[in-house]
Amino acid sequence: MKKTHLPGASGAVTRRALLATGAAALAMPMLSRRAFAAPTELTMLAWYGHAEPDIVAEFEAEHNVKFVPKYYTGGDNMLGLISQSPAGTFDVILSDAEYVQALNAAGYVEELDPNDYALSDYFPEFQNFPGNWQDGKLFSLVTRFGFLGVAYNTDALTEAEAASYDVFWDPKLTGKVGHFDWHLPNLGQMSLTAGNAAAYDIDEAGWEAVKEKTMSLRSQIGGFFDYGGTFSSLNDGQMLAFAGIGDWITGVLEKNGAKVRSTIPEQGGLQWSECFSIGKGSQKADLAKKWIQYITSAKGQAKSAQMAAYPAIVPNAKGWEVLQAENPAEAKRQGMTKDAGNAMDLIRAGRIQYRQWPIQQDLETWNDFWSEYKGA
Amino acid sequence: MRSRISLYGLTFSLPLLLWQLLFFVFPLLFLVALSFWTVKNFTMRPDFDTVNWVTIYGRAVFWQAYATTFVMAALAALLTSALAFPAAYAIAFKLSDTARRWAVFLMVIPFFTSYLVRVYSWQIFLSDNGIINVLLGGIGLGPFPMLNTVGATMVGFLTLCFPLVVLLQLFSLAFIDRTLIEAAHNMRCGRLRTVFEVVIPSARVGLSIAALFAFILCFGDFVSPVYLGGGEPTTLSILITDTTKSGQQWPRAAVIALTMIATLLVVAFAAIRFAYKGRSK
Repeated sequence: MKKTHLPGASGAVTRRALLATGAAALAMPMLSRRAFAAPTELTMLAWYGHAEPDIVAEFEAEHNVKFVPKYYTGGDNMLGLISQSPAGTFDVILSDAEYVQALNAAGYVEELDPNDYALSDYFPEFQNFPGNWQDGKLFSLVTRFGFLGVAYNTDALTEAEAASYDVFWDPKLTGKVGHFDWHLPNLGQMSLTAGNAAAYDIDEAGWEAVKEKTMSLRSQIGGFFDYGGTFSSLNDGQMLAFAGIGDWITGVLEKNGAKVRSTIPEQGGLQWSECFSIGKGSQKADLAKKWIQYITSAKGQAKSAQMAAYPAIVPNAKGWEVLQAENPAEAKRQGMTKDAGNAMDLIRAGRIQYRQWPIQQDLETWNDFWSEYKGA
Repeated sequence: MRSRISLYGLTFSLPLLLWQLLFFVFPLLFLVALSFWTVKNFTMRPDFDTVNWVTIYGRAVFWQAYATTFVMAALAALLTSALAFPAAYAIAFKLSDTARRWAVFLMVIPFFTSYLVRVYSWQIFLSDNGIINVLLGGIGLGPFPMLNTVGATMVGFLTLCFPLVVLLQLFSLAFIDRTLIEAAHNMRCGRLRTVFEVVIPSARVGLSIAALFAFILCFGDFVSPVYLGGGEPTTLSILITDTTKSGQQWPRAAVIALTMIATLLVVAFAAIRFAYKGRSK
């Protein structure tokens, strides 16, 4: 039998050995593929930014996961997307706190075991966060929050001027006050301005006062803006003050050099809160749980606080410590330090109220009035 | 004589028919059904309740938005037609064949870019610190508030419709019998009078269809009223988003959408009737 000789090789190589080597070489990609298995896809329904690399890259690498995000532009949009999708479509769901009850009532989320999460690291105010629990059962976990107050252009207004919602009525801002186009935060702020002690729990007289106060602002308004429009109109100085928003918008602009800031006025601010849940029927519930464990851990919380899309305060006290070590400037900017007047002090001083659905009126009533106000 | 259905005819007409059934008629029927559904705790339930129609039609803000949207769309259609006509006329009658081809190409180019991006770029021009006010400031004028006004919305509508209206008008003008124009000139009819007495009546169908397209596009547009008009005044498209943004009120949004569709159908039939009025069959 004739032997095949390879030039330059020491000794003779049989045809069988050559074929075996070739077969092994051809099989290498398959072996490599087995060694580096394709990442598991984890679907996430969330506001934009939550499944971007600055937040998820580390978790993806650690767990060989690839997030497949579906971003929404509001709670109703989120509910619509879930209701139109088969059960199990979304493994992880992020929702604003006021929508969690709706998610739970519709059976869209799984119950969580509180022992799985580092709740003891949370500030006490967030360990039994309203909306997360129902009948003693946990259905979601608050992961970040922020305050809504007076957003303003620092060239046009001083911090002292912006320290009251009354600044929106200042004649020098006529046509220069913008609204983030959603009734809930705006009417909540108007409710506080009208002197209601509980912004969303108001009787008929309180509601009439809100309507009257809001209508009196109409001539000052330069426009009603969505997410993108709010950014651009504040950034280019078209609007000099904004109702219904806070640092989640101005913080991003400020980081990019825009002369805008948010402050909590004397009448008080509102709090938005984002919570993570596991989607009902998820086939990857264990992995989804790991994600929630990660993002609510001290390390994940520090990342979340610095999210590129929009910053937020985090409820995990140890997350504050990590942030202070990693990025003290951002910790200070957002009030996540041990200094007096920090974010928790604002809450404990009673200056912040949760944004929530109206309690004594229908949601429709508020929404219908908002449309009338816009058309006035 | 009865026309026979041929395989050849079916080959070309059936896909279109199926397409229309699948993507227009069925969704439209669903929209009609949806308008009678009810919503409880953010969840839509199949139902047959007229509450959505009664609620929407009973709201002054709806009729206000309806009137605003109709007037703005009609104004935009007239404005676009009036501004586009000189351009289309010049391209049709004054330019050489080569220049005409380039002009048509230039009219198509805007469609290569997203309408949203074009509208956003207008903000750079129209804002208080924008290019126009900076230029006006250079000669001691302004600043004039332009962004977040109805005028800015009209600029957006023109951005949306102008190239299309020019092209539709151009195709119409290109097919005018030139001997009619020559005859008018031979009979000592002035240039302007020729345009109004000969050119426009001859191109009436195309001009009407172009204006109709402008109306349809502007009537349903959401981008310009929001990003250039600042959401003021409220148009029907904005009212639809407001309605869906709170409480999953898609059935009410369906009522608004169906009213818009009905309006567009009426306007379209009226425009076509006007366009072909008096023409021999």
